[in-house]
Amino acid sequence: MYTQALNERIDGPRVVEDPEKLAAFQARIDAEEKIEPNDWMPEAYRRTLVRQISQHAHSEVVGMLPEGNWLTRAPTLKRKAALLAKIQDEGGHGLYLYAAAETLGVSREELYEQLLSGKAKYSSIFNYPTLTWADIGCIGWLVDGAAIMNQIPLCRTSYGPYARAMIRICKEESFHQRQGYEIMLALCRGTPEQKAMAQDALNRWWWPALMMFGPPDSESVHTEQSMRWKIKRFTNDELRQKFVDATVPQAHYLGLTIPDPELRYDEATGHWRYGPIDWDEFKRVIAGFGPCNRERLAARRKAHEEGRWVREAAIAHAEKRRMRERAQRLAAE
Amino acid sequence: MTTIRVEETPHLTAILRLADTALVLSHRLSEWCGHAPMLEEDLALANIALDLLGQARLLYQHAAELEGKGRTEDDYAYLRDAPQFRNYLIAELPRGDFAFTIVRQTLFSAYFHPFWRRAANSTDRTLAAVAAKAEKELAYHLRHAGAWLVRLGDGTEESHRRTREALDALWPYTGEFFEVDAVSRAMIEAGVLPDPEALRPNFEETVDRLLREAGLPRPPAVWMQSGGLRGVHTEHLGHMLAVMQHLQRAYPGARW
Ligand SMILES: [Fe+2]
Ligand SMILES: [Fe+2]
Repeated sequence: MYTQALNERIDGPRVVEDPEKLAAFQARIDAEEKIEPNDWMPEAYRRTLVRQISQHAHSEVVGMLPEGNWLTRAPTLKRKAALLAKIQDEGGHGLYLYAAAETLGVSREELYEQLLSGKAKYSSIFNYPTLTWADIGCIGWLVDGAAIMNQIPLCRTSYGPYARAMIRICKEESFHQRQGYEIMLALCRGTPEQKAMAQDALNRWWWPALMMFGPPDSESVHTEQSMRWKIKRFTNDELRQKFVDATVPQAHYLGLTIPDPELRYDEATGHWRYGPIDWDEFKRVIAGFGPCNRERLAARRKAHEEGRWVREAAIAHAEKRRMRERAQRLAAE
Repeated sequence: MTTIRVEETPHLTAILRLADTALVLSHRLSEWCGHAPMLEEDLALANIALDLLGQARLLYQHAAELEGKGRTEDDYAYLRDAPQFRNYLIAELPRGDFAFTIVRQTLFSAYFHPFWRRAANSTDRTLAAVAAKAEKELAYHLRHAGAWLVRLGDGTEESHRRTREALDALWPYTGEFFEVDAVSRAMIEAGVLPDPEALRPNFEETVDRLLREAGLPRPPAVWMQSGGLRGVHTEHLGHMLAVMQHLQRAYPGARW
């Protein structure tokens, strides 16, 4: 992790690509070939991927915080172990994704600096607080559930290292989703107080979970090109609908009410139709004014600052050891 | 459910000492999750915490069998107050900085790695099975902490100073490893527990080797802290339990 990769700017100048190369590239994409790190790729493709993969990595890492908030208060040893293992998985996802981003010529340090400076974005969902134990259930059920909807198509994304990272990650996310649902089930079968805790958490997490799929297609700037390059395979609204269709019956099975008075089943299409999403809230949270944006970034910065002396010590030790070994070799000659 | 009253026998007490120590240290390590100096350490410390938590659970389940009152692992963890906890004091001290955690893990693992290796021959078959698993885990914990101890001791002036301070702060808590009271004497004689005196050479050899590599002085012989094994703790354990047990205490009898 201490290596210095070749750092290039993400928001570089507009690059005019060779039309022949572009056509050949598009033909490979259309033929469902995987693009690998050493292959030629348009600069805009590379930048789009770096942005998307690093945002995803940051989300995994920031996402450790809201759940970590309940690690010391998990109500049973089994739940404590499962939660710790889950958060550890999320950190692992962050690592694979940073590694995938590094194959595109940006170092993890540079990406991480962008997170700490507030320049890079991460999923808006992690700017909401975890107030009760039921929130841990809701995060697994809804947040990991939404992540799976987003990520399953990414297992077939055109960039090889990203697709391969996603295959591994998706397996773990679906385990997290089941685990979260199981927490909800225990609460809904528990005491009236526990059931109320579950409903309260659903009331707070439902809409932010729907916002995880990003702005509606009518306002999404990145979708069209990303679809052509097969970085994305479904639009935001398509994925959101899939999520709603999968989740509503699960809520009913729990005996919980989805906090949407307009929610209704559309017989003709077989879809659950949901009411309007508060996109102002979404924009506000993305812009830094969610309930926990400050705390989340402050926690990441604090850990980074407090860890500085440790990272410096590791580098200093490695350097000293190299010097000692060289001195020994010279003395032996 | 309110606080349980455990009827301790020497055997049960011996198992609870090990279980409580593993749980309490696991809890302290889990406090790093999401806040470590680098992502790799978030993962490594969580791994170690998970190993210790796994050991604690097996040991509590064993305690429940020994007590024979139909209790669960959670009853011991969540429904006893601090004076009933039997852990070594070293496990409950607040997490401190990264040097403190590394020094604690080094000292702890330098003792518990040989401890579990010997306990694999325990006349208590369940304990022996836990020991066989724990020995492998502790071998990794010791490698991880030892490698960091050397990096920090040798690294920079600051890392050396912090590590040395942590060592001075923690050293007085190593005496408890070698404390033998009537309970442990009976269990040593019954072949349930290894005799800590027999582990001392191994502990000292490991610690001396790592300190030498790290360029750190061996702390002088000092007055050793004591009390955890009989439930006389530091001020910190009560706070930890207040947080850890909160839900079980606030919603008595609820299932989670
Ligand atoms: Fe994840
Ligand atoms: Fe997950």
